Amino acid sequence: MAKIPNEQLIKAIADKFDTQVTVVGEPYELLTVETGREQIIDLLTFLKTDAELKFAFLTDITAIHYPEQEKQIGVIYHLHSLTTNTRIRIKVFLTDGDVHIPSATVLWDGANWMERETYDFFGVIFDGHPDLRRILNVDDMTAFPMRKEFPLEDPNRVDKKDFYFGR
Amino acid sequence: MQNHPVFTDNDPQSELSTLNLGPTHPATHGVFQNVLQLDGERIVSGVSTIGYIHRAFEKIAEHRPFYQITPLTDRLNYCSSPINNMGWHMTVEKLLNIQTPKRVDYLRVIVMELARIADHIVCNGVLGVDTGAFTGFLYMMEHREAIYEIYEEVCGSRLTTNIGRIGGFERNFNSKAFDKLRAFLKNFPKTLKEFETLFNRNRIFVDRTRGVAEVTAETALSYSWTGPILRATGVDYDVRAMNPYSSYEDFEFEVPVGDTGDVYSRFLVRNEEMWQSLRIIEQALAKLDKEDSTIFHADVPEFYLPPKEEVYNNMEALIYHFKIVMGEIPTPTTEVYHSVEGANGELGFYLVNDGGRSPYRLHFRRPSFINYQMYAPMSRGMLLSDAIINMSSLNIIAGELDA
Repeated sequence: MAKIPNEQLIKAIADKFDTQVTVVGEPYELLTVETGREQIIDLLTFLKTDAELKFAFLTDITAIHYPEQEKQIGVIYHLHSLTTNTRIRIKVFLTDGDVHIPSATVLWDGANWMERETYDFFGVIFDGHPDLRRILNVDDMTAFPMRKEFPLEDPNRVDKKDFYFGR
Repeated sequence: MQNHPVFTDNDPQSELSTLNLGPTHPATHGVFQNVLQLDGERIVSGVSTIGYIHRAFEKIAEHRPFYQITPLTDRLNYCSSPINNMGWHMTVEKLLNIQTPKRVDYLRVIVMELARIADHIVCNGVLGVDTGAFTGFLYMMEHREAIYEIYEEVCGSRLTTNIGRIGGFERNFNSKAFDKLRAFLKNFPKTLKEFETLFNRNRIFVDRTRGVAEVTAETALSYSWTGPILRATGVDYDVRAMNPYSSYEDFEFEVPVGDTGDVYSRFLVRNEEMWQSLRIIEQALAKLDKEDSTIFHADVPEFYLPPKEEVYNNMEALIYHFKIVMGEIPTPTTEVYHSVEGANGELGFYLVNDGGRSPYRLHFRRPSFINYQMYAPMSRGMLLSDAIINMSSLNIIAGELDA
């Protein structure tokens, strides 16, 4: 089947979700929509089960941190419809301090580790996740290292200070 | 998955033993830990632990300019590093709207398909070793060596190749590389044929692999599986065919699909993929003859570092060199997702850019990471010896798993 045009996709989502889902843009023809955490599971379920859209394949879940924004943490889903070869990107932004979002493991088994990884790096808490633990980092770590406030290098290091190079 | 009666933890009759399969167990092909509860030789339950060689790939990438992320990508799936490398550069080129010349695309296809063959050689060869047959591995490794020698001719290194640049390659392919490539194309099919004869109808091998670790298409899709292990279950999803990149649309090839989704089926799919890769390389070589043999990168001086001798002797080259190194050239503020067909499945790069010299955020959809999560659930009820074979058939690469 042919690729679903983005206009049709926007219309299908708007018919069902009205203003709860907003279109952010189409960078490189990949439709990007934003929604709130209240609707995210409904939206994912709709996209997965709708007879025309069939976004049945979960490509990826990840997050991004914008420290300057009010809603700092963005959780990003990439879905793929293998029948129509269409992709869609969904974003949900969360306020720091209240980083709860329902888990997508109810829809895909594969979401399990992707969400664990997102939790490990950004501290996003996926409610209803069966086993939300750190996955790549050590268990007793306290920071969420992919957040922007954690610099790559140890700030206490002195051997790279400009002062020592006469700058 | 097999349906054997197993004891549970609550069963008073059972005496379960705990086995730490790994890390650095010779049968785990890398640093994975699986804590298994065994009832005799039957696995009752298991928990996988990963992250032993986690190197913060994404965090480091946030602090490096685009052209310096190349060596990081090489160290992910180190059995087929050029694919990671090319995938990354194609993502940057998509971000910067760079059109690569056809000859670059064909050369990339050749290098990527060679990498796929090298990866499958290791995977299928080791699958043979795990069932007790060393010969196939020995025969095939000779040709992986030949592939490495082609890389060596092209870029000077063998394992972590660092072969691509934004817009093309660091240097042109010399005639010796093509000679070695032609020799490889001549010699390898014979060995591959021999390898197939050795295993495909081998009584012991078939008994050990057929019906082991069977996965249905629904389960595989629910776990977001991609690559040969998904295709072994009967789903013909291949990024090369579905979303062609690097002029894959110019080539004729088939997407081999299995039916049963067991270890044997994965083995056959990978073998068939090697034949298809050879077919693609033959076609790419033929197409190369029609292209200008001096072109090996796109004309994008603002992103492609000029050759050193020009920097010393040419003012413009010096300025561009300076601008690239100091990161003074603006890049678009947007986000891009690009995926290529890695040896293990869909290898995706999600790049968020804020206009700076390095990515604001780079996420890497690693097929090994996503494929491996099913290992512990699917091992339930399996014999320990079957779980070992299952692991080699999934072809998990630790560098890519942990990133």
